[in-house]
Amino acid sequence: MLIRFLRILYHIGLVRGLVVGFIASIVGAILTNITRAAFGMDTMDLLIPLKALFGSTIWEARTLKDQATEIVTGMGAIFFTFGFLAGVGSLTDWFAWSIGRKGGDGHYHPKEGIPTWTRYLSFDTNHKVVGIQYGITSISVLLIGGLFALIFRTELAQPGLQFLNNQQYNNYIGIHGLLMIVGVLLGVGALSNYLVPVMIGAQDMAFPRLNGFSYWIGVPAAIILLLSLPMGGFDTGWTAYPPLSVRAPLGMQFVLLSIFILGFQSIVGSINLLVTIFMMRAPGMSWFRMPIFVWGVLAASLLQFTATQFFGLAFISVLVERWTNIPFYDPARGGNVTLYQHIFWFYSHPTVYIWVLPGLGVISEILPVFSRKPLFGYKAIALSSMAIAFMGYLVWAHHMFTSAMDPFLRLPFMLTTLTIAVPTGVKFFNWIGTLWGGKIHISTPMLFSLGAFILFLLGGLTGPPSGLLVTGIHLHDTHWVVAHFHITVFGGFFFSYLAAIYYWFPKITGRMFNEFLGRVHFWLMFGGFATFALSLFRIGILGMPRRYADYQSAWGFGSLNMLATIAAFVAGSSMLVFVFNMAFSARYGVKAATNPWRSRGLEWQIASPIPEFNFSAIPEIIGHPYDYGLPGAVYAVLSPDDQASPLEDAYTPLDQPESISSGVVPIHVAGD
Amino acid sequence: MSTTALEPIAHHGSVVEHEEHHGGLIPIAPERQLQFNRLGMWLFIISETFLFAGILIMRIVLGRDTEGFVRPELSQGLGLLITSILLASSFFVNRGEVAIKHNDRFNFNLSIFLALVLGLVFVVGVAYEWNEVHKDFGPATGPVINGMFYFMTGIHALHVITGIIFLLVVFLNGIRGKYSAKSHWGVESAALYWHFVDVVWVFFYVALYLIGTVAEPMK
Repeated sequence: MLIRFLRILYHIGLVRGLVVGFIASIVGAILTNITRAAFGMDTMDLLIPLKALFGSTIWEARTLKDQATEIVTGMGAIFFTFGFLAGVGSLTDWFAWSIGRKGGDGHYHPKEGIPTWTRYLSFDTNHKVVGIQYGITSISVLLIGGLFALIFRTELAQPGLQFLNNQQYNNYIGIHGLLMIVGVLLGVGALSNYLVPVMIGAQDMAFPRLNGFSYWIGVPAAIILLLSLPMGGFDTGWTAYPPLSVRAPLGMQFVLLSIFILGFQSIVGSINLLVTIFMMRAPGMSWFRMPIFVWGVLAASLLQFTATQFFGLAFISVLVERWTNIPFYDPARGGNVTLYQHIFWFYSHPTVYIWVLPGLGVISEILPVFSRKPLFGYKAIALSSMAIAFMGYLVWAHHMFTSAMDPFLRLPFMLTTLTIAVPTGVKFFNWIGTLWGGKIHISTPMLFSLGAFILFLLGGLTGPPSGLLVTGIHLHDTHWVVAHFHITVFGGFFFSYLAAIYYWFPKITGRMFNEFLGRVHFWLMFGGFATFALSLFRIGILGMPRRYADYQSAWGFGSLNMLATIAAFVAGSSMLVFVFNMAFSARYGVKAATNPWRSRGLEWQIASPIPEFNFSAIPEIIGHPYDYGLPGAVYAVLSPDDQASPLEDAYTPLDQPESISSGVVPIHVAGD
Repeated sequence: MSTTALEPIAHHGSVVEHEEHHGGLIPIAPERQLQFNRLGMWLFIISETFLFAGILIMRIVLGRDTEGFVRPELSQGLGLLITSILLASSFFVNRGEVAIKHNDRFNFNLSIFLALVLGLVFVVGVAYEWNEVHKDFGPATGPVINGMFYFMTGIHALHVITGIIFLLVVFLNGIRGKYSAKSHWGVESAALYWHFVDVVWVFFYVALYLIGTVAEPMK
């Protein structure tokens, strides 16, 4: 029994990775210590991490011993990452190739007696497995990050400090921000990895091993990020502005390292997606026959594979300053603090578009299906994604209106910021055109898409007041900005992400989610979040600065803060409904029809769950993907083996009046 | 991606007899895979360009001193020497790539070996210069532009060392005869990476050694 248990554990890649990674981190720390001792440098003080674990480590003056400890633990973290990746098995084939051997085929082959679910915890190159791994990790990270938000939101409900001290408050806002960013990036990875190959009619990504690798490098990064809290935390918020981040406690370095490592995931993941989209589209799928979601991923990946380098550079330069005292950001010795903000925002503004472009793609994907109408202005929507991606590079300094930047620069950046509203507006008008006169079916995915529509619209409308100098300077660093940012990301990504999960759930699992629970989730989430964001806008206009742990009751936003906290709890608790619905329905849900939403997408024509290699023969694209309701419109020709027969007794959530089902011409079967 | 991983079979995109590949993976033709690899490698290089461009921007912004635009005080002779060595190694890598395209195994192995040695000499040269410079100023003292020298050469040297490991892998596989005129993506990608690292150094050499006036040491 025990032997069998241990054998299963050994065959789980995650467990192997953690064990090898842990050993490697110890070895790395010892090696670094020995090397440092050999060169006569200070060595690690074991007491410092222990003290960090049981108390505060505010380093007023960083001693050489502190620095040595930081370098040794940091090298341990780097070794952990390598060890983890090796232990998981993501490097095995590459290593085999480099010594001239023939590697494996990259697929997961379960040994005798090993349960099949271990596949999802091990290295596998199948893009659907990788997508699900991304998705589950992203939801977990988002839930943990949300939990931190609820903690400090509770603290803010009333004036005065109730149960957090300032240091804890700072730690929690920082870790909340970073965990949410990581979770959202993982969510983008989930959607794009699962959907892009099957949507463009490919069997897998262009570089399947790189795909598995790019997921697994995110896991040690997330672990190192969470490690920052017990290691003393960090009091800079997620932006890690120097000079504060240079003298922040030990936890800061784990943040810097973790985000740097996560950059590899972003870069190789987006390169993989770009090559897949460029090279592996099915025959006949020209650029303007691509599903609109793929356009979103394309635009986001173009941003991601370039801008991420600047994020890495910003964080690694702070880390180098902490490790070696090179005074990049020390004005006393010629450093320049504003430089960091430029480098940082050159990534961190485009990253918002990296999240929302795939999210908006999901909305554009779902609206025509549930309106039974062609997507209005397909080309305009597709090209507006590219325009947003390009403009996204040119607006970063609107985060720095009140910084030490030359005041003259504020004007051009204000203008570019306002211009980016144009391509975004193009999307909104086309969505309205899609909905206009359509036969709208309200189902959970559609509800979430419409919710995303409304929230993103509110986010967009609150953009100009933040971007215009006259109002922007007043609103800068207040809760208005917090509300604007959250409502944009909730509308642009999070609601679309949930819509996507509900929409593709029957395809992923072959079962239907519970529609009632889905609607409960939507209304709790939408009501809770909208109340939360609107109260925060008001609090911000009244002048409450962000990142403050406390406020005076005389300022008059106590009741609004209480309202925002209650609303945040409502929205947060709705995620429990979601998790329950997903977990329960994946196992016990009603068997779903192959194409419950009567979509024209390629992925809906094949069996659910999608077969191991999607298609047994590459489909041929002969028409436009969004010709809903146009008689005689054909999108693609599939091999008869792939064309799944509809299940007779399957649950179909949409009523199917004659007029509509006859208006939609299903994909032709080859040889018809 | 090494050559051995690829197996020639049906052309991607053509409808293959489904009896043969029912439910299986339709293999991707080697020439198609080569296109994927090339595009991926070039995208990676574009991505890396952003990193090095960012570092150059840092150097230029931080080069503004009270006395104007400055550079660290470095040995001009050594700088010119290691730059020449790195450029020479790029020449040999190119020579090796051309040789394997003509199935000239001997010249291929010889050229890659020479490039490898020259790359190592470059790293030793940088290390020597670090040691020399360290006698005057460490990263922890002096103005920021001196620290910038360590940062730029350090990040670049990390890439050179990666390239050396890459070339070593190519060399070891080369002497075992793993590459041929038809199949040498490993050589091609290593060469591409090596040329890129060299081009970066050309910019870094100018930025560190040639532009600006020598910084006055602080304090």
